[in-house]
Amino acid sequence: MPSPLKISLFIPCFVDLMYPRVGISMVRIFEKLGHKVVVPKGPACCGQPAFNTGYWDQSREIAIRLMESLQNAEVVVIASGSCGAMMKVFYPELFAGTKYEALARALAPKCHEFAGFLVNQLGVTDLGARFPHKVTFHDGCHGLRELNNKRPPRELLSKVNGLELLEMDAAETCCGFGGTFSAKFPAISTAMGEAKCAAALATQAEFVVSCDSSCLMQIQGLADKRQLPVKTIHLAEVLVQA
Amino acid sequence: MNTPASQFNADARRVSADLRHRGIIRTAMNNYEVVRDRRKAGFQDWQGARDLAARTKCETISHLDTHLEQFARLLEARGTVVHWAANAQHARDIILGIVRGKNARVIVKSKTMTSEEIHLNEALENAGCEVVESDLGEFIVQLREEPPYHLVFPAMHLTRAEIQQTFQRKSHDAPSDNPEDLTMVARRVLREKYLQADVGITGANFAIAETGMISITENEGNARLTAALPQTMITLIGIEKVLPRLEDLALFLPMLAVMGTGQPLACYNTLYGGPRQPGEADGPEEFHVVMLDNRRTTLLADAEQRDALGCIRCGACLNVCPIFCNVGGHTYGTVYGGPIGSVITPHLRGLHEWKHLGYASSLCGACSETCPVRIDLHHHLLQNRRNASYAKPIRWQKLAFQLFALVANRPRLWSLTTRLARLGQKFHGLIKGRALDPAQAWTRTREIQPIARQSFHEWWKERGK
Repeated sequence: MPSPLKISLFIPCFVDLMYPRVGISMVRIFEKLGHKVVVPKGPACCGQPAFNTGYWDQSREIAIRLMESLQNAEVVVIASGSCGAMMKVFYPELFAGTKYEALARALAPKCHEFAGFLVNQLGVTDLGARFPHKVTFHDGCHGLRELNNKRPPRELLSKVNGLELLEMDAAETCCGFGGTFSAKFPAISTAMGEAKCAAALATQAEFVVSCDSSCLMQIQGLADKRQLPVKTIHLAEVLVQA
Repeated sequence: MNTPASQFNADARRVSADLRHRGIIRTAMNNYEVVRDRRKAGFQDWQGARDLAARTKCETISHLDTHLEQFARLLEARGTVVHWAANAQHARDIILGIVRGKNARVIVKSKTMTSEEIHLNEALENAGCEVVESDLGEFIVQLREEPPYHLVFPAMHLTRAEIQQTFQRKSHDAPSDNPEDLTMVARRVLREKYLQADVGITGANFAIAETGMISITENEGNARLTAALPQTMITLIGIEKVLPRLEDLALFLPMLAVMGTGQPLACYNTLYGGPRQPGEADGPEEFHVVMLDNRRTTLLADAEQRDALGCIRCGACLNVCPIFCNVGGHTYGTVYGGPIGSVITPHLRGLHEWKHLGYASSLCGACSETCPVRIDLHHHLLQNRRNASYAKPIRWQKLAFQLFALVANRPRLWSLTTRLARLGQKFHGLIKGRALDPAQAWTRTREIQPIARQSFHEWWKERGK
């Protein structure tokens, strides 16, 4: 067992408000593994909504504070692939050529998405979890393509007792959330979400699992409106079940 | 009058809800992905091939002037007339000048998106010419008076039955909806036209600087007939299509075929080096090459996004794009649709009018992941959003993000807002999904996740006590 780490856990704004159980599950999992979890006092958001909409100055206002609150952190775990990509990949771009570039570049290698952190950094795949259900896994785009996070969640799921993973058709196709895109172009976003729900339903899985609550919010929101038998759950909530 | 943005929104709403359209595109794309992946596996090292292609394109674009001068010099040495067109109007004038000089009546064309870009057909028809598209897909959409739907598959949105109806309506000759029968109808019409045509107009896939040749890739032999039979040949080509060496084709021809259509190589890959030379039996007597800028140099000046000039127009980014597959090719209202079109159109036609294309993306990155020349497409969309908001910020949006930053940066204010939002949510049910609902863009088609009774930060604080 590696020496205990002090893990700074960053809980993004919408996870804080709507999906607290995701963060709570992560705290429990890390503590069970013998690590110390701290939640730094800092911004509630990573600044991605403003960044993705093109308002980089407003995004920087938040990002600077967040970087400062994390500058003494040993490692940072982010409870979302999308916000993780923002901090790891996009902060250096956001601050390129500014006096904060060094801070962004120093923070990037310390930032990890939850599943990637467990598998690649801690070398843990078996958490002794039990979840006797058929599930399908949705790859969140940012986790998949910006953080190269294809393998870790599947390795973690493969060690869960009683769990059967049924891959859906086009698991890597976007669910249609896309942040402000979902409100700017609701018709396109909805069409994409419908395709995702149909692919998930076709597997006959009981749950759609993902590393991103934002994707699950889109999938569940659509399924509930249409009364489709789709249930979503974050990977951390699966892994915490005993 | 409709702006491009309002037209895009209206068309996107209509087409993305069209289940029939969704089914046609889905079927077409499923087949594409299967064959494409089989062919990609034929490369010893596909990612290495992408690296090499990106590097070659990048180096070429960085020394575009040198390569273009060499290309033109060698082409001219064998009797070709090379023209330089600064913009669409200029290119049309050059081509119309050649056509008028030949007293041309009938013009046959092979596939060229660049001619769509300069609205060439319309200009030629206004000058009294009959213009016939010879690529089968282009022939079909021309009969329907539609623009091409896709860079590579102009008629992919049509079923066989629709094509049969089109042929029946336009030429009263459509024995069945069997693809072979339909192709034979087009062939009968086109063979006549090749023989009648005074001028043949082609596009090009690559311009080889080392040898002064243009390279055309096709599957139907129609570009060869377009080039060989009429007395005058005109090739219209964007200045970014140049490649330094002949041997570069050994990489780019298979790459284009694999990503474009899932073929190991397209059926016909032809190099054209000039008009009929003394002692040769066939080929055009005159050969004109029109090199088009049309704001490509504006994109070249943008250090962040100039890699987009490396595009080989294979269409692969369209095929994997969930936005393209849902809104369809015509919705973009541009010559170049899909991710690459959303990146370059604001540069080629103006950021303000076309910035909406950058926002019409979930930034999923499937395009960048597939692009054979590694254009960083989805990050360029982000940069276009940034450029748009700096150039002309939308006041309420800017204010909203300023306000959000103010709240998000202050844990106490965030905690107060959490409580207020929880309270406000109680009343949301009264207006949910209706016109008054500020969240209606979401709630019309999706349920909203309620704010938890205890937020994570509230739980964490309580736990620390």
